[in-house]
Amino acid sequence: MTTTRTFEYGSAPDVQDDPLHGETMELNMGPQHPATHGVLRLVVELDGEVMKSVDPVVGYLHRGKEKTCESLGWAKFFPHTDRLDYVQPLMNNVAYAMALEKLAGLELPERAEVIRVLLMEVSRIAAHLIYLGTTAIDLGAISMFFASFKEREKIYSILDAYTGHRMNNTYVRIGGVYSDVEGNVERMLREFLEQFPAQIDEYETMLTGNRIWYDRNRNVGIIGTDEALAWSLSGPNLRASGCEWDLRKTQPYCGYDEYDFEVPVGTVGDCYDRYLVRIEEMRQSTHIALQALDRLQETRGQDVLIEDRRYVLPPKGKVHTSMEELIYQFKIVTDLRLPAGQTYSGIESSKGELGFFVVSDGTSSPVRCHIRAPGLMNVQAIPLLAQGRLLSDMVALIGSLDFVMGEVDR
Amino acid sequence: MTDSNIGFDLGRILGILGDVPVQAALAPDATPTFVVGREHLSKVFELLRYEAGFETATFVTGVDHHPATPRFEVCWQFLSLAFNERVRLSTRIEADDAVVPTSTHLWPGNAFSERECYDMFGIRFEGHEDLRRLLMPEEYGHHPLRKDFPHHGIEPDRLYREWDARRRAEPADAN
Repeated sequence: MTTTRTFEYGSAPDVQDDPLHGETMELNMGPQHPATHGVLRLVVELDGEVMKSVDPVVGYLHRGKEKTCESLGWAKFFPHTDRLDYVQPLMNNVAYAMALEKLAGLELPERAEVIRVLLMEVSRIAAHLIYLGTTAIDLGAISMFFASFKEREKIYSILDAYTGHRMNNTYVRIGGVYSDVEGNVERMLREFLEQFPAQIDEYETMLTGNRIWYDRNRNVGIIGTDEALAWSLSGPNLRASGCEWDLRKTQPYCGYDEYDFEVPVGTVGDCYDRYLVRIEEMRQSTHIALQALDRLQETRGQDVLIEDRRYVLPPKGKVHTSMEELIYQFKIVTDLRLPAGQTYSGIESSKGELGFFVVSDGTSSPVRCHIRAPGLMNVQAIPLLAQGRLLSDMVALIGSLDFVMGEVDR
Repeated sequence: MTDSNIGFDLGRILGILGDVPVQAALAPDATPTFVVGREHLSKVFELLRYEAGFETATFVTGVDHHPATPRFEVCWQFLSLAFNERVRLSTRIEADDAVVPTSTHLWPGNAFSERECYDMFGIRFEGHEDLRRLLMPEEYGHHPLRKDFPHHGIEPDRLYREWDARRRAEPADAN
């Protein structure tokens, strides 16, 4: 026997009639879900397709980096900082080096700072390209992924030519950078940066006005300025909420105050604004990097590493020929000491404020090295933004908050 | 260091803290640091949030000074966008009474940081609504960032062996 139910046009069936009404389902997203951008697990409570609550479970990639710093010592921790946010290793290197330099009270030569700015901005572009490619592929735009990874590959080839590694470069040292930028690297960088704005325009043609992209991102995951601040969001996520706060402008480091660039700010604070902010940041980063390249010309011949034998390894050639330098090398490798005290240093990384809080007691073993990971705060905001939205919005949300689990879990 | 023009207006914050007994200092990074007794922390949090305008929290973390006593130090750092200032709070607590008040009702963004601090040091945050471990498994039983915890871990495969034993003890699932 069939029962016929009639509904007036435009009115939804009464949910009370639904035999499953009121029952919620618990769904595990991850830890191996590709759209979680790493090993993030989300326990989602679903009522139909609507997310009632979300509990992010992190820690699947926890490797005890902070503990490792305590047992390795200050200098040997550098390669480990690469593995935090592994899409921007050089930025992590700089953040860590700056905390140690602040504690030791070191002044850097101008050229070292210019090279750091150059490396950081190129890293920012590479990190934002990963954001763009992975978020787009999650929402179905597969060719976008290849387009952005093509450009990212060019950056990695340049970094390969400069540092000898595509990823995990470890090229920053206490007191500067390991070696100078050679002419061929400069040439490759300029060539890349000059053609890159045209590529960004191409991405925008593919996405910005794209109906699907717009519908999937607009008004999804809205967060206002006050709420974003209370939830400790920083970086592009905070700026998309309409807060003009960029550590490069407000608390300049590495001589950022001498560069000309603008800080893009969103108006709504949704996924679409976060996308627009990052697109514009790539343009600004290109602009900064080109200025840094000009400065490289002006500062040619200067040192890129200070000669302070308390913290900086002597050049290998000298170690092999001079007894004194050999002793310095031995001292620094086995017993690098920083003055006692607590120091925090934060930089504007591609994910937000990346900071290192270091505590030293004056001996060679660190008391504490806390990593202020912006990604952890971005993950923390997921439940807030996801509540009451459809499950399919979660994918857009995860992509647009932009975190890397290596940094979240440390 | 040329990279820092962080404001360090000790006087402004000291004026707001009023008669709360604090010990003020400037850290090597020019951040005003206040050593506060645990009993005054809640009051100081409120003053910093509502009177001094520290809208956003940067981090909460512990420091283990083992074998010195009091053993643990808890550090909070806050940032004021309006004044472009940072401030750091620090308090020392004993290992057998490792409890401090929560700050999550004022800065909800501290929820994960406090969970992590509890996970890593065993420091409890009174009033935290959901004080579970963050990075380590719930049934882990140790606090890895304590100085007496070895870097190579304690029984690193214990949880796996327990799970494996449970799995073997259970009758085979028909599905």
